Amino acid sequence: MNRMFLAIDRLSHTYFTKTTAVTALDQVSLSVEKGEFVSFLGPSGCGKTTLLSIIAGLIEPTEGSVCIDGELLWPREANAAMARRAGGADSPIRRAVGYMLQQDYLFPWKTIEENILLGLNITGTLTPETKERALALLTEIGLGGVESYDPNQLSGGMRQRAALVRTLATDPKLLLLDEPFSALDQQTKLKLEELVWKTLQQYGKTAVLVTHDIEEAIAMSDRIFLFSPRPGRLVRTFLIPDELRRCSPLSARQHPAFSALFQSIWKEMESLESGQ
Amino acid sequence: MNPVNNRINALHDAYLAALRKERRVIRLWQAALLVAFFAVWEAASRFHWVDPLLFSSPSAIFKLFLEKIGDHSLLTHTWATLFETMLGFVIGTAGGALIGALLWWFPRLAKTLDPYLVVFNAMPKVALGPMLIVALGPGFTSIIAMGVVISIIITTIVVYASFQEVDPNYMKVLRTFGATRYQCFKEAVLPASFPAIISTLKVNVGLAWVGVITGEFLVSKQGLGYLIIYGFQVFNFTLVLMSLLIVALLSTVMYQLVALIEKKWGSRR
Repeated sequence: MNRMFLAIDRLSHTYFTKTTAVTALDQVSLSVEKGEFVSFLGPSGCGKTTLLSIIAGLIEPTEGSVCIDGELLWPREANAAMARRAGGADSPIRRAVGYMLQQDYLFPWKTIEENILLGLNITGTLTPETKERALALLTEIGLGGVESYDPNQLSGGMRQRAALVRTLATDPKLLLLDEPFSALDQQTKLKLEELVWKTLQQYGKTAVLVTHDIEEAIAMSDRIFLFSPRPGRLVRTFLIPDELRRCSPLSARQHPAFSALFQSIWKEMESLESGQ
Repeated sequence: MNPVNNRINALHDAYLAALRKERRVIRLWQAALLVAFFAVWEAASRFHWVDPLLFSSPSAIFKLFLEKIGDHSLLTHTWATLFETMLGFVIGTAGGALIGALLWWFPRLAKTLDPYLVVFNAMPKVALGPMLIVALGPGFTSIIAMGVVISIIITTIVVYASFQEVDPNYMKVLRTFGATRYQCFKEAVLPASFPAIISTLKVNVGLAWVGVITGEFLVSKQGLGYLIIYGFQVFNFTLVLMSLLIVALLSTVMYQLVALIEKKWGSRR
């Protein structure tokens, strides 16, 4: 693994309950380059959200290692030692990661401004400059003037955009998107895909998108990792052709190469299901 | 455009007028009911439909009220009860919320204490009265303790339950920023549980009154509870009923104050 931004090596995770031990991830290895946009695609139960939670530092994997920007996040022993050296309770790598959930989860008891500054507050990086930047980002994303609103005064698409600003405000090096468009209506979803893609492109962010929507994965990513369910295994990697990569999500959907790629991924997913 | 707007405005005004009228009618009926109640009571007592010795009469109660105001004794008793109730209410609520927070903070403590909380909650707390008086002495301390004991366990249980019901995804958002447990509590758990905490305030107003009046029954030194039990013992039911009316009035005022707080602080959801 030379200069890979995100390197995952032989990662396995098993959930335990009183009666069962379910293996969610089985020996997954992959890597993501800096500035790349990748998707984890697969049916439900393929462990893609588990993988994202592990990368976010929320779940400790049973086996394997995760490296972000040259720093070891898992296994924990190494991570904890590094955190001690850094003098903090938490590893500094954790702060390099931004996470966006399926729903916006804006805090209803806070105004939009308080919500987007939440990450800066928690990480103790709230300064006049970072605040300025977060508010500028809010305007840039088309939400100027709603700072003092309560989240429930905003529409679903606006709320998800505010959540994106909250995630980007801490300037994360790696963005994790956990099906952030799945709860939206089709029109809002397409617009937001476009916006997220452009924003990430503009800031040169590395991003991982979890989705079960093939079209979304093709339209947004540079590479697609296809997972099979129970146990979650990485079965194939699809490289998106250059001409599609260069297009924004909306125009990629119109591109002649789009449906061919869709067909081949679809077939692959079908064969996974029949192989079960 | 304009005629339509005018028509809609007129309809809206009519709707508002109807609402106001309905409100007035209800208020009128409520007032009428109050007047009728006291009138029938007075008449029943005057014409001996009921025994005036047992059921007294509004006029007798009012006379006694003026008399007791005049010799300053009523104010002393009322103040004592009010003071005990407010302290019992505040300590019971704050203590319960604090214990609830501790249980949330230390899950192992919560699991350990669970059966004890169940037993303590199921137990009628007023039964502890005699023990409290023995332990704390027959004074206002044990009366306040009654007010506390009766409300603290249920507050603990309600507050802890509401802490646990907070959507874990809010915590997930915070944890992705590397939030500490204290930050999770301050930013998500506490504000999300605020409505539940406010609603225990309302319940606790009633409970604190129960605890304090019962405490005063037992200690029998001063306060409205003492006046009630004393009036009962000397067969002065005018005194009993007067004290009851004051208790009803004060507890209503306290409840309305809490409702006001709820309106002011609980609206941001």
